[in-house]
Amino acid sequence: MAVDFTADYFALFGLPRRFGIDEAVLDRAWHTLQAEVHPDRHASRPDSERRRAMQGALRVNEAYGTLKKALPRAQYLLELAGFGHGHGHGLELGHGAVASSTMAPEFLIEQMQWREAVAEARAVGDVAALERLAQRLRAHAGEMTTRLAAQIDERRDLEAAADTVHRLMFLDKLRREIDDALAALDG
Amino acid sequence: MALLQIAEPGLSTAPHQHRLAVGIDLGTTNSLVATVKNGIAVCLVDEQGRALVPSVVHYRGDGGVDIGVAALGARLEDPKNTIVSVKRFMGRGLTDVTHIEAMPYVFEETPGMLRLRTVRGSKSPVEISADILRALRARAEASLGGELTGAVITVPAYFDDAQRQATKDAARLAGLHVLRLLNEPTAAAVAYGLDNAAEGVYAVYDLGGGTFDLSILKLTRGVFEVLATNGDAALGGDDFDHRLYCWALDQSRIAPPSAEDARRMQMKARAVKELLSVSEEAPFRVRLASNEEVDLNIGRETFFEMTRPLVQKTLAPIRRALRDAGLVAQDIKGVVMVGGATRMPHVLRAVAEFFGQAPLTNLDPDKVVALGAAMQANALAGNRRAGDDDWLLLDVIPLSLGLETMGGLSEKIVPRNATLPIARAQEFTTFKDGQTAMAFHVVQGERELVADCRSLARFELRGIPPMVAGAARIRVTFQVDADGLLSVSAREASTGVETSITVKPSYGLTDDEIADMLRAGIDRAGDDFAVRALREQQLEAERLLEATARALETDGELLGTTERAAIEHEAAKLKALAAGGDAPAIGAGIAALARITDAFAARRMDRSIRSALAGHKIEEL
Repeated sequence: MAVDFTADYFALFGLPRRFGIDEAVLDRAWHTLQAEVHPDRHASRPDSERRRAMQGALRVNEAYGTLKKALPRAQYLLELAGFGHGHGHGLELGHGAVASSTMAPEFLIEQMQWREAVAEARAVGDVAALERLAQRLRAHAGEMTTRLAAQIDERRDLEAAADTVHRLMFLDKLRREIDDALAALDG
Repeated sequence: MALLQIAEPGLSTAPHQHRLAVGIDLGTTNSLVATVKNGIAVCLVDEQGRALVPSVVHYRGDGGVDIGVAALGARLEDPKNTIVSVKRFMGRGLTDVTHIEAMPYVFEETPGMLRLRTVRGSKSPVEISADILRALRARAEASLGGELTGAVITVPAYFDDAQRQATKDAARLAGLHVLRLLNEPTAAAVAYGLDNAAEGVYAVYDLGGGTFDLSILKLTRGVFEVLATNGDAALGGDDFDHRLYCWALDQSRIAPPSAEDARRMQMKARAVKELLSVSEEAPFRVRLASNEEVDLNIGRETFFEMTRPLVQKTLAPIRRALRDAGLVAQDIKGVVMVGGATRMPHVLRAVAEFFGQAPLTNLDPDKVVALGAAMQANALAGNRRAGDDDWLLLDVIPLSLGLETMGGLSEKIVPRNATLPIARAQEFTTFKDGQTAMAFHVVQGERELVADCRSLARFELRGIPPMVAGAARIRVTFQVDADGLLSVSAREASTGVETSITVKPSYGLTDDEIADMLRAGIDRAGDDFAVRALREQQLEAERLLEATARALETDGELLGTTERAAIEHEAAKLKALAAGGDAPAIGAGIAALARITDAFAARRMDRSIRSALAGHKIEEL
């Protein structure tokens, strides 16, 4: 019983278990499910039903948060395939530096270069430079996402995918740092 | 507008009793109460036809309380006991409030939420807000001719957990059943979106008396999805008044004014501000109790110039919200203006410039929030009939929730702009052998240092089974409900032992304090604590019986004969109990019926979700 809520997130939304997804289909499935389980749909129902619906709503939002964005979706797929990342759940990402024993040295150098550029722009309060970096970052993340699709959906090379996930984790963390810096400069 | 074609689970097509539900806009300057009558949202007015209730409370020396228009005169005569803009104090400590030096009140030195000393004793902002809500409830019950089933109360989207909890506590004190705390911009979007069959991405710019919100919403087929929200919980029309007041003090070179004279000048400042929205210049003329006279003139451009920094201050949250939503200004289809302060021409101009389009001003900026709240209240109370507009609100948490870690840093547990409701679990372990307790500090805000975030609560986990250091795995779950309110639970993962939690809110009231206030309010409000508790149990029993009956009718085939008989037996027992006056017995009956229908409810929800998804797949084809 209650297959839907214990099923994996892809099955919950009726999506095939793959990295490439149709976002419009995901959005619509999310809306459809929330229309069933959202607390507002049960506001005048008995407590017991409200609690149950709440559990459903939490699960559905967790699932949506995981599948909506490329990085957590990839992490989740790796986790389903037994490639533990130790990230536990959803959008939770590693804190601190992103590093792993198998990481290529050129990636470590790349990380340093990105960091230096961001730190420099932040130090002098150069909003335009930060925005340019954010744009470059987005483009680079886009390339990584395309690479992930090939690695996971076509070549089924999860080892390589795990490496790309690490790169994306770094880019994601850097993006948040740039956003925070921009927000701070905004006053 | 193509709306959701999904029936509420167990939605009856048979006509049922219309439940009295209202939407309340509890504003800094003015409050309103609205309801849906014959399918149309309307604001409820007084005998003079006024919808706005000034958010002013006067505690009289003779023990009485005046609220709204009746309290306006006392702002000058008795400033210490006449509280205006109490919303700015909700869930706030003394050090959080700006311009406190210009306020006539006697503040008390208390830890946590500030308190005011009045002729009626020490008052928390929660109690003062409850007095306003009581007046609104009385207006609604007189106008609708019956007891209210529930209310939707709006709050600024950028309100943090402490401010939201304070608002909900105030409603509880006022004897209101809160169906939902609804974010003001979201309420406005509902009213606007449904009236205009809007689709696409909209921004709601809400500048009220004391708060500023900016929400970005995506409207698709009856779903109002908040993509990002940002704002400033201490920026509003009051600040424009204050600039003008400071200017007048400076220009007139009078001695530091008394509390009464300060109030007089502030009231004049507001009037002048409003006048400058429609005329090129305005006189600032006040005769003070000190017998001095302030006689000034101010031109519109001077006022605009001195308040330009305040208008600019609203643009940063817009940029942040756009960035969080991954959008640029050109992606916004329309900008809905909310709040009386958006009548100022230079505010409108700045917003138009920023978005490159004229903002939408075809709604009454004072009423739109209350109207949207009324629509939502009507839906939540279950008054929607088949064929009515149907919609779904997906709102977000405005500020990240975090835990204090080593070195006074905040580790984010729930990120801002996550769709609600949301739960996040985090595992912790003991660092000493045999350790049985653990302390946590929950904060809200985006800054890295705990000291720069808002402290929400400290809590302790007790009853951790004694183990060697690092062996215990304590899973702490943070859950934020649709109202944006946080609750915390914890369990030891390896043994499954539930650990108990005592939460001490930093800026809130404990349950005991609320219970005391409820009891203290009995005589005044003419409510009886016990009677109210019984009534609540009876209503819950009614809800459960009605839901059970409907479920048996629509999904009875999911049950075996014995299961069905057992449910019917418990239902009959509860029905008999509910007719009596024993609240604890009714409570036990509710629990018994809920327990026995649990598996049935699970099967029903499962089925409804399957069929919803099946319908959805057919739609895809």
